[in-house]
Amino acid sequence: MEKFETFTGIVCPLDRSNVDTDAIIPKQFLKSIKRSGFGPNLFDEWRYLDHGEPGMDNSQRPLNPDFVLNDARYQGAKILLTSKNFGCGSSREHAPWALEDYGFRVILAPSFADIFFNNCFKNGILPIVLKEETVDELFALSGGPQALEITVDLQAQTLSYAGGETVPFDVDPFRKHCLLNGLDDIGLTLEHVDDIRAYEARRRSEAPWLFT
Amino acid sequence: MMSAKTLYDKLWESHVVRTDENGTALIYIDRHLVHEVTSPQAFEGLRLAGRKPWRTGANLATPDHNVPTTERSGGVSAIVDPISRTQVETLDDNCDSFGITEFKMLDPRQGIVHVVGPEQGATLPGMTVVCGDSHTSTHGAMGALAFGIGTSEVEHALATQCLIQKKSKAMLIRVEGAVTPGITAKDIVLAIIGEIGTAGGTGYAIEFAGQAIRDLSIEGRLTLCNMAIEAGARAGFVAVDEKTIDYVKGRPYAPEGENWESAVSYWRNLHSDEGAVFDKEVVLDGSAIKPQVTWGTSPEMVVSVDESVPDPVAEADEVKAGGMRRALEYMGLEAGTPIEQIKLDRIFIGSCTNSRIEDLRAAADVAKGRQVAANIKQALVVPGSGLVKAQAEAEGLDKIFTEAGFEWREPGCSMCLAMNADRLEPGERCASTSNRNFEGRQGQGGRTHLVSPAMAAAAAVAGHFTDISALKLGGDDDGEI
Ligand code: SF4
Repeated sequence: MEKFETFTGIVCPLDRSNVDTDAIIPKQFLKSIKRSGFGPNLFDEWRYLDHGEPGMDNSQRPLNPDFVLNDARYQGAKILLTSKNFGCGSSREHAPWALEDYGFRVILAPSFADIFFNNCFKNGILPIVLKEETVDELFALSGGPQALEITVDLQAQTLSYAGGETVPFDVDPFRKHCLLNGLDDIGLTLEHVDDIRAYEARRRSEAPWLFT
Repeated sequence: MMSAKTLYDKLWESHVVRTDENGTALIYIDRHLVHEVTSPQAFEGLRLAGRKPWRTGANLATPDHNVPTTERSGGVSAIVDPISRTQVETLDDNCDSFGITEFKMLDPRQGIVHVVGPEQGATLPGMTVVCGDSHTSTHGAMGALAFGIGTSEVEHALATQCLIQKKSKAMLIRVEGAVTPGITAKDIVLAIIGEIGTAGGTGYAIEFAGQAIRDLSIEGRLTLCNMAIEAGARAGFVAVDEKTIDYVKGRPYAPEGENWESAVSYWRNLHSDEGAVFDKEVVLDGSAIKPQVTWGTSPEMVVSVDESVPDPVAEADEVKAGGMRRALEYMGLEAGTPIEQIKLDRIFIGSCTNSRIEDLRAAADVAKGRQVAANIKQALVVPGSGLVKAQAEAEGLDKIFTEAGFEWREPGCSMCLAMNADRLEPGERCASTSNRNFEGRQGQGGRTHLVSPAMAAAAAVAGHFTDISALKLGGDDDGEI
């Protein structure tokens, strides 16, 4: 996994709550057996006016001019700002894959669905829970003629931007460590092979039916 | 004195391999279920890293999302959609090469993973059960800690038999009192979601309790726990009781002999202790629950069948009202329309929520001796597994359905998420026994109303929603609704 470095990026405001993973990446794209290439189909049903299917040339499809991702101000955005319960619904990891492939590295929202929240960290995306007031303020700032730019400093756990105070945020220390160092979960777990074996031996004697 | 523990504490503590200073734990996974959609990238990752499954026998696979539900004796190579075919073939290849047991498409035991696991006794009380699928919460009905994971975690579980987790908070939802006849687990869980909302359970593991829950059969509890995720909780479960133990006994993967005896005595302790403390408690009155119908694009947008489509004007919260207006527009509904006047185009009885034998019996009871209404273009019945299908056929349920004008299909996810050929056309309205009514879930532009199997069958016959509490069952009336 790529290391998460401090960066400054444009904020794309998606003012909807309960955005589910079906909306983030519609199911017809789940048939791929690959991990990459989902970016052009991120928010497919909102982003294009026609019906998307895998294998289409997305550059030829009619864009929905009313959808934020197609707004000239937000091209190249790395930060997605959205409303409560983002990423609800199915557990598909294709949702963070699509967001990451599109270029988003940070998602700001008042709340996230659990599985999605977890999946983000495993794909180098930092989801940040902010207070409602902060989210409202950022929506107001990012809706102006000039796109809002935010500097995300994971080490210091702060967001800073022109025209506002520096906003501190919380992040689980373990997740932070993994993101900053680009660590892979499986490698980390396999450092504890002895613990796993010891657990199995103990469990096998107390619940042998689990190992038949 | 030992402190009183919740069932969640017990399930969690018995699976902790190690805990970090910051509370992150490595927990051991007893059963990993695998299907074709969320596993290919995990197997690929395993291969690229030169890793092998940690314990092959802990995994069980079956294709379900992409399999056709029409005649399929031609096998995988005859799946028409090339991408669906590739996914099913990829699962077959991966299971073959890593030595993982798979109920392949033509195996009579194939079916929706969440139907197959309990049916085989492959998901047992006290287990940790994971699958790359959010409806893994279903297996909590067995008194297990079961939750959905993403593909990176699928790879992690395959490679290490463990997952890195933080303990959730514990919520108790008690549904007190007995429900009235005709009220099913589906109505109970929709009523719960209507009460706490789709994010009400976020961050919690939910234990369902109270008389209405204890009264449910295991199949009913599977329906209930299936939708814990729709209330925002990764895991939902019910304490083990004699029904659970009876259900497990004699199933192919269930323990036997001496192992059975020790398992049963272990399982009998799988309940919350007297006085155990929960982070949150919610109480509902079971006797007040009526048949539920969702009207919007989120499972929390639900009312009783005798009510009307709600009006956003009456909603004080502006964000909520906006969501309601958008939902009404998508659903093509007017506020104030009585639910019973909503006409339907298609009916779907199936999915991991409601495709078990009791669900099919309940639907057949309504369908018997009646006819699907002329305005219904299609009424599908899709059993959850090959074994459910065989059982239903042995009981003659397939005949009841086909004589009434329903289509009787092969097992799979089918129109629950429209990854195979079964789907809604734009604007079509469907009464569905599945679990999600999100925009486009059953096909782009399709409109989904979630209901119980009996309510779906009644809607098929009437052509619109109708209150099954008023209905005579078993077909001994004049066939009208
Ligand atoms: S039946 Fe529907 S909800 Fe269940 S596993 Fe299949 S697609 Fe998912």
